[in-house]
Amino acid sequence: MYAQMIKSEGGKDPSEMTPEEVRFQARIDAGEKIEPKDWMPEGYRKTLIRQIGQHAHSEIVGQLPEGNWITRAPTLERKAILLAKVQDEAGHGLYLYCAAETLGVSRDDLTEQLLSGRMKYSSIFNYPTLTWADVGAVGWLVDGAAIMNQVPLQRTSYGPYSRAMIRICKEESFHQRQGFDIMMKMAQGTPEQKRMAQDALNRFWYPSLMMFGPSDAESVHSAQNMAWKIKINTNDELRQKFVDQTVPQAEYLGLTVPDPDLKWNEERGHYDFSEPDWTEFFDVLNGNGPCNNERMEARQEAWADGQWVRDGLMAHAAKKRARKMAAE
Amino acid sequence: MSALFEFLLRMGDNTLVLGHRVSEWCGHAPILEEDIALANTALDLIGQTQMWLGLAAEVEGKGRTADDLAYRRDVIDFRNCLLTELPNRDFGHTLMRQFLFDAWHKLMLTRLCDSSDERVAAIAMKALKEVSYHLERSADTVIGLGDGTEESHAKMQSALNRLWPYVGEMFEADSVDDLNAQEGVTVNPSELRADYDRIVYDVMSDATLTIPDSRFAHRGGRDGSRHTEHLGHMLAVMQFLPRAYPDARW
Ligand SMILES: [Fe+2]
Ligand SMILES: [Fe+2]
Repeated sequence: MYAQMIKSEGGKDPSEMTPEEVRFQARIDAGEKIEPKDWMPEGYRKTLIRQIGQHAHSEIVGQLPEGNWITRAPTLERKAILLAKVQDEAGHGLYLYCAAETLGVSRDDLTEQLLSGRMKYSSIFNYPTLTWADVGAVGWLVDGAAIMNQVPLQRTSYGPYSRAMIRICKEESFHQRQGFDIMMKMAQGTPEQKRMAQDALNRFWYPSLMMFGPSDAESVHSAQNMAWKIKINTNDELRQKFVDQTVPQAEYLGLTVPDPDLKWNEERGHYDFSEPDWTEFFDVLNGNGPCNNERMEARQEAWADGQWVRDGLMAHAAKKRARKMAAE
Repeated sequence: MSALFEFLLRMGDNTLVLGHRVSEWCGHAPILEEDIALANTALDLIGQTQMWLGLAAEVEGKGRTADDLAYRRDVIDFRNCLLTELPNRDFGHTLMRQFLFDAWHKLMLTRLCDSSDERVAAIAMKALKEVSYHLERSADTVIGLGDGTEESHAKMQSALNRLWPYVGEMFEADSVDDLNAQEGVTVNPSELRADYDRIVYDVMSDATLTIPDSRFAHRGGRDGSRHTEHLGHMLAVMQFLPRAYPDARW
């Protein structure tokens, strides 16, 4: 998912809550939506900014690994589909920044926090896309994992976030489908293509499982965020759901999931599978993923190189306003 | 090579090459809204390429497809005007290039809507809607940045100076144009120049930019006689997969 390990600012025992906080929690429990003008605990607001901001940054940085292949897409149709997909992700970033702005933080402010490393984006976008099959694997697995998280978030308690999720989810199924379709062509293609497809699955399987974050069944942050309905399921629940959905798809493609211990568990009605390497996960979060430097540099460069453009357009808008005032 | 085929390549290669250039911005634009707008422009241009090159392949009748034309020709067979293959450089340069092309493109497509070849007219009508919007946007941005800060003004002026010598080629007619004009398939591009100059003059006035005095024109793109060095590098990237795996389907 695109927001990982969101620290909660809450965690109060109901007996310590103020009457306002009790009323607030009762509204959430009753399934009401919280709107920007409503009273909300400071912790709820801060936690949401952190979560929505991280989600927005993930959409924006997430353009880069797939964008890496737009100029090398192998057919005109594939190029058009990939462009449309990556453009959607930029749009998702825009919806989410707008949702965050309703909480009293500006987009520029969030951007500065991303560029200075104070805010994070999803670990998954720090992995490289090396062959065309990776573009398929990203759509199939990464968007697939994102959907797992975003579908329940349509029911989140914060109105603007929920509405952003509803718009985003409408587009996500196309994202996953185009990825799966690329994988299908690759898996059924020439021996070289098949090899690329298997290699892409090998490299993206565990990083995709990491997207859900480490087990948070015991986490107080997670418990508070679930009480506030800004988190709907535990990380393990979503991960299991993702594995259960994806393994049959891999089989259909004729590809092998790189986990020798993967096995259907009749009793549980779920697949048993190996945990990803959480040391690697924390390395990536701490800046030591294979592409952390490249991703941050790309965003920093875009921002710095664009300064004169933003300044120029703002200056022009101000001049226009002034001329209009003078004419009136 | 028939004159009609050649004309369709010129249209389709313009949109293919410029669409590719614009798509290079994806994820790197100075403002999120601009990132989305540039992707949108690229998407429109690639869509138009599918139509123009699709028709070119059909007219040629040798069993080639639009993809074959896009991915299996080398530099000397490309027919885009030089302006479209020039590198992006900075955002201002990209938008200036876009404006100078859009203004020509819109005038051309408007006339092609009356083409004697119904297939050409149909593509032109569809593309014209998209390109009218491209022109509005690129003109607004050129004006905004030209009439912005001192720095943005200077950058836009130097982009205009740099790109201006590539404008003339779009209006030069050769025997291919003459043949097609006689058939009523297309117009002689030189007929578009007066309207073009008016549009450019108006926008540059609002942008407080000075149009260079010279009418010198680099040429060699639309007839394939001498492309720039930049095109080959673009094709090396663009055509990598179909060239490296000729038997693969994607
Ligand atoms: Fe997205
Ligand atoms: Fe997506």
